[in-house]
Amino acid sequence: MKINKITVLREGVNSTFQDLGRGNLYHIGLPFSGAMDKRNYLIANKLVGNKHNEAVIEFAYQGPLIKIEDGNINFAISGDVKFNLKKNGKLITGDCYKNYNLSKNDEIDIISTNNSVYGYFAVSGGFELKKNFGSFSTHVRSNVGANDGHKISKNENFFIKDFENKNINKNLKYTNSKIEYIRILKGTNFDFFLEKSIKELTSKEFLVSKLSDRMGMRLQGPKIKNLKETNIRSEGIIKGVIQVPADGNPIIMLSDHGTIGGYPKIAVVISADYDRLIQIPSGKKIKFKLIELKEAEKLYKLYQMETENLLNQI
Amino acid sequence: MIKNISNLGDSALYCDFGNDVDQKTNFKVIKYFENIKKQNIEGITNLTPSYNKLIISFDLNIVNFTELKKKIEDIKISENNIKENQKIIKIPTCCDDEFALDIERLSSKLNLTKKEILEKYFNKEYFCYMTGFIAGMPFLGDIDKKIRLERLETPRVKVPKGAVGITEQFANIYTFESPGGWNILGSTPTKIFNQANEKHPTLICPGDKVLFYEINKKEYFKINENK
Repeated sequence: MKINKITVLREGVNSTFQDLGRGNLYHIGLPFSGAMDKRNYLIANKLVGNKHNEAVIEFAYQGPLIKIEDGNINFAISGDVKFNLKKNGKLITGDCYKNYNLSKNDEIDIISTNNSVYGYFAVSGGFELKKNFGSFSTHVRSNVGANDGHKISKNENFFIKDFENKNINKNLKYTNSKIEYIRILKGTNFDFFLEKSIKELTSKEFLVSKLSDRMGMRLQGPKIKNLKETNIRSEGIIKGVIQVPADGNPIIMLSDHGTIGGYPKIAVVISADYDRLIQIPSGKKIKFKLIELKEAEKLYKLYQMETENLLNQI
Repeated sequence: MIKNISNLGDSALYCDFGNDVDQKTNFKVIKYFENIKKQNIEGITNLTPSYNKLIISFDLNIVNFTELKKKIEDIKISENNIKENQKIIKIPTCCDDEFALDIERLSSKLNLTKKEILEKYFNKEYFCYMTGFIAGMPFLGDIDKKIRLERLETPRVKVPKGAVGITEQFANIYTFESPGGWNILGSTPTKIFNQANEKHPTLICPGDKVLFYEINKKEYFKINENK
């Protein structure tokens, strides 16, 4: 059997293996994890002919520089990503949502994401990795998942499973959509907060702070004033929850969030807007819009349908 | 037994068992958690039991809030007592100044010396209400009334692995480096969460009893499993 092997020459930022994540472990403190942007994750796997739950490399802002050490690979990159290839010594500018075939000594340089955060690198056949608690998804904070629960680092080697169809040539015409507002539902402690603060939350802009990662997004804007209690009894959290600690700066819980928290929940981001929320880079501003549950459910169905349509075009 | 069910976002149920934080209320939450887990209800993707709340996450492609709320409301659970767990887990803890990051804050806000705080802390057996926040972190209670204090106003971006902290009536152990807002009074060298043991990854489970005992710096580095 032929060996397909890659070497990481530069690790990029927060590069990890991700799949759809792992459920049913909140009670011992493990969140779902999984690809932050599910839509782009699914598209990347479909483009290279994989099943929907194969592990891919997720990166933030800058991706890895990868060299094909042995064999050959077929890959695709999804997101809004700038990257170059070195094929037979020739430099090629890469396009997202398209397949490429590379052989020994070729390189992929994932330079940066454009006005977004996360991108995905998928290979035909998938990576040779070990699952942990039923999933490849890396949860760095608990060292759980593929690659011993660690980020991908420089000089590491990874093997790629042999893939049957060597002539996959798929592509997708797609531009990542941006939305004007991130839509939210009232949180379980909505009435803890000053009316003026609620108005500000849904009318003013909030800056995404540099202290944002897969665990949470910290926001800066008008201070949210709490009238009741700044601490609640610790209880479960889900991704998308907007907590407000005593200092009045909201934090949105993301895919690697702590499973339990003690700050009041002012609101929750709707599921339909999550993929777009996490793509807002630090230094950019967010606006929120309060909607009702029924509308959120409808918007989710629409978003899912759109994703299905995109996948069917591949 | 559930007082109220509301929605947390569009894909989770927020089951409220009231505001009391005691073992009796906590047992009810655990009963529901175990019962629902056993039933394998279609669409449920995760369950988070805590002191007096149970959050049920679901897949919005399969079920919605109204449908799942009805199913959970129909569950009938008897009020039988759960047998008390007799297992006692002993946790070595070092409170050298290097590890006791918030001892000065505690000391000045509580108006107690370091020695007085630690005496009260070590002299009590604790009950594990829940695990979570980070993998395997045990929420233990109840600590002596005289050493209770609120969380830090701005949470730390990084609390070191092994840190032992207190807030309100509770104590916990940071099983991994993590952001957090508890008042840190020491550190344990014992590994609490083992990801390689998929069947029993956590050393301390809800219902267990925990006793902390003090060790010095030399003993700490001799045991250190958190390297």
